[in-house]
Amino acid sequence: MAGSLTLWSLALLQVLVFIAGAPLLTGWIRRVRSALQNRAAPPIWQPYRELAKLFRKNVVLADEASWIFRTTPYVVLAATVSAAAALPAVATHLPTDAIADVIVLVGFLALARFFLALAAMDVGTAFGGMAASREMMVASLAEPAMLIAVFTLSMTAGSTNLSTAVGYILHSGLVLRPAFVFTLVGLLMVAIAETGRLPVDNPATHLELTMIHEGMILEYGGRHLALIEWASEIKLMIYGVLIADLFLPWGIATRLTVPSLLLGSIALVAKLAFWGGLLAMVETHFAKMRLFRVPEFLNIAFLLCLLGLLSHLILEVAL
Amino acid sequence: MNDPMPAESGSGLPLYVQPVPPDSGRPERSSRPLVRQFVVAPENWARLAGDAARASWRWSGIWAEDRSPVLELSLLLERAGQYSWVRTRIPLDALRLPSQTSAYPAADRMERRIHDLFGLVFSDHPDPRRWIRHQGWSGEDFPLRRMYPTAGRPERSTPPDADYPFVLAQGSGVCEIPVGPIHAGIIEPGHFRFQVVGETILRLEERLGYAHKGIEKIAEGRDPQGLVRLAGRVSGDSTVSHAWAACQAMEQAAGLPVPGRAQVLRALFAERERIANHLGDIGAICGDVGFAFGQSQFGRLREVFLRLNDELFGHRLLMDVITPGGVRCDLPADGASRLLEERARLRHELATLRPALADNTSLQDRWCGTGILPGEVARTLGVLGYVARASGVDHDLRRDAPYVPYDLLEIRVPVADAGDVAARVRIRQDEIDISLGLMADLLDILPDGPCQSAWLAPQPGAEGLGFVESWRGELWAYVRFGTDGLIARYHPRDPSVLNWSALEHLITGAIVPDFPVCNKSVNGSYAGHDL
Repeated sequence: MAGSLTLWSLALLQVLVFIAGAPLLTGWIRRVRSALQNRAAPPIWQPYRELAKLFRKNVVLADEASWIFRTTPYVVLAATVSAAAALPAVATHLPTDAIADVIVLVGFLALARFFLALAAMDVGTAFGGMAASREMMVASLAEPAMLIAVFTLSMTAGSTNLSTAVGYILHSGLVLRPAFVFTLVGLLMVAIAETGRLPVDNPATHLELTMIHEGMILEYGGRHLALIEWASEIKLMIYGVLIADLFLPWGIATRLTVPSLLLGSIALVAKLAFWGGLLAMVETHFAKMRLFRVPEFLNIAFLLCLLGLLSHLILEVAL
Repeated sequence: MNDPMPAESGSGLPLYVQPVPPDSGRPERSSRPLVRQFVVAPENWARLAGDAARASWRWSGIWAEDRSPVLELSLLLERAGQYSWVRTRIPLDALRLPSQTSAYPAADRMERRIHDLFGLVFSDHPDPRRWIRHQGWSGEDFPLRRMYPTAGRPERSTPPDADYPFVLAQGSGVCEIPVGPIHAGIIEPGHFRFQVVGETILRLEERLGYAHKGIEKIAEGRDPQGLVRLAGRVSGDSTVSHAWAACQAMEQAAGLPVPGRAQVLRALFAERERIANHLGDIGAICGDVGFAFGQSQFGRLREVFLRLNDELFGHRLLMDVITPGGVRCDLPADGASRLLEERARLRHELATLRPALADNTSLQDRWCGTGILPGEVARTLGVLGYVARASGVDHDLRRDAPYVPYDLLEIRVPVADAGDVAARVRIRQDEIDISLGLMADLLDILPDGPCQSAWLAPQPGAEGLGFVESWRGELWAYVRFGTDGLIARYHPRDPSVLNWSALEHLITGAIVPDFPVCNKSVNGSYAGHDL
């Protein structure tokens, strides 16, 4: 076993690669989307250029902006990066496993959302308040579904720790669990809603009246906006990695050797490319839902997650 | 007290409206809509509106002109493809007139507009607020009066238009959402004030006028060429229609015959304008519900279509191709074959795209039942074009009051009853189809010959009305020449003037995120309304 310093630096490296690579996933989704829509695609590193542009620009603050508005971008990024750190991406058995808890992860993301909604209402524009109320409506329906999904998993693996769960699933081999199938579909739907993608929210729109996530950050500019955009890109990747970890962990490095880390990285890239392709396909095929269809959509997600839990209890625990 | 229905003259208007004999030089063939002229005493102005409304005349517009010492007010009514042009005169020192708003809701904004620009007070008008003349103007500035300088009276800083008294909804949980006048997309300026409960829209109030450029004022004193250039810029997406209407009006005033080839080419341009705008808008309607595939496909089709305009006629939007007496550019030698080739290709592409939209349930779920404009409301408001046709109003100038060259063609008019966004999209898809057919018909009947006749100086004071069914609907322009052969008065009536109010009605009860797609499905022109 390597020394604790090496382990920590590996964990740190994993987080750094994670947050540095997040814009790449967004760029990849846009490329696939463009290809599916017969459009010329922007280069895959376009999101980096956009972040660089925003970091160079001045921050413009509303007169009424309070400290909440000013600190939110940092809180959001910090919470999202912490959530990313809690996630085993390339390898398990790192020192960060100690906090690799699904409930911690959900908590970090909820913290980021809480501050975003506060900041949206802080400057007192109609669009911000409207978007914050919509975001909260989505969140209040998505989070229970997500928690049920997490419970199914922790009941199967006997722990809410992600690293343990990954280990358990790897150990038990390729078993088709009905509980997991239901939970996977439910969690995919939650992920689409939580990351503000079509058909729940349209990240590419300029129409303020239809916005959810974009509406909350409408008043942000420059460095602040860059931080929030970056955090959204990381969040998108978190969901991709989380779903990969829980349902398709094969390839992840369980031993900290160079070949196995290399394999882990390649597997991660492949899984994320698939995740991005899936999102792009959904976004091409569906129009955005009417706002009041979103609760129906999330209720179905909740029901699927609940079915997952029930089938676990009935089929796996009872036997 | 109920007045008995006054006896009608042969014109279909009550007897107190005096017919004016048409000028002897005016041909009475059906090559343009039939317009009968009348005069009425000012005190009968409102009574006329009530009687005309009961006799189901459609209110098409009013305009005024300062002809010191009187203000001349003209009203255009339409029934079954025939127009009645009723005038009245009010002394400039006693500018009061009863309002027609109670009989015709469509008159509301137009009367406020005339008050703003001329100072004519409509005594019983229900809404005394300013409409086109924002608070930046001082109270006694009436810009379309003769004495008012064209340059205006610019102040050092324009006061903000912040205290416009919007109608407020009362009750617990009612919020107000101000949107615009500057929007996030690349669109024109206009303000929308929503009163909402949660996401439900209780009331929408439009505040337009931000694109007011003084078109009517700067038209005065222009020569015919200059006026057509200006008319082509009233609303960029309707440049052909406005230029054509202005030319028709001037040619009618001058008694100038237009070569047949030029007439057919003008219609060809108008149909191309219709197709291009419908293509772009269907794409945008897809985009407004987050269906990027439709947006990019229809956007591409429009772009390819416009590029052929540029290659064949020298301008993507066909700006300035129409000129008094004819058209500025002829169809190139290979033009007809290229147009037909493009037509076949576009037909083929639309045949694959149309089912892709119709079969996409998530898309149809957003469009069907969204933004319903009942047929009755559409008729009351005098709504025009595809907005009216999607609500069951079967009206198209090209068929009902044909002007050259549509008198030679058979025009099919699509009509739907649902009145929702889906119906408006469907009507526009049908109209693309029909216009593509008309393009071929027009090329078939395209005669040889010159494209332009030399301009003929009009009689002093000669006037004319030009009618065009633009892609947005009935569009007309009034032109009167002065003694010097220059323009004394130009009034273009864009269909948006009547269609904007439809949006306020069809959005009531909808939810806030559905507003953009409803707005786009109506697509009023801000510039065409504000002038």
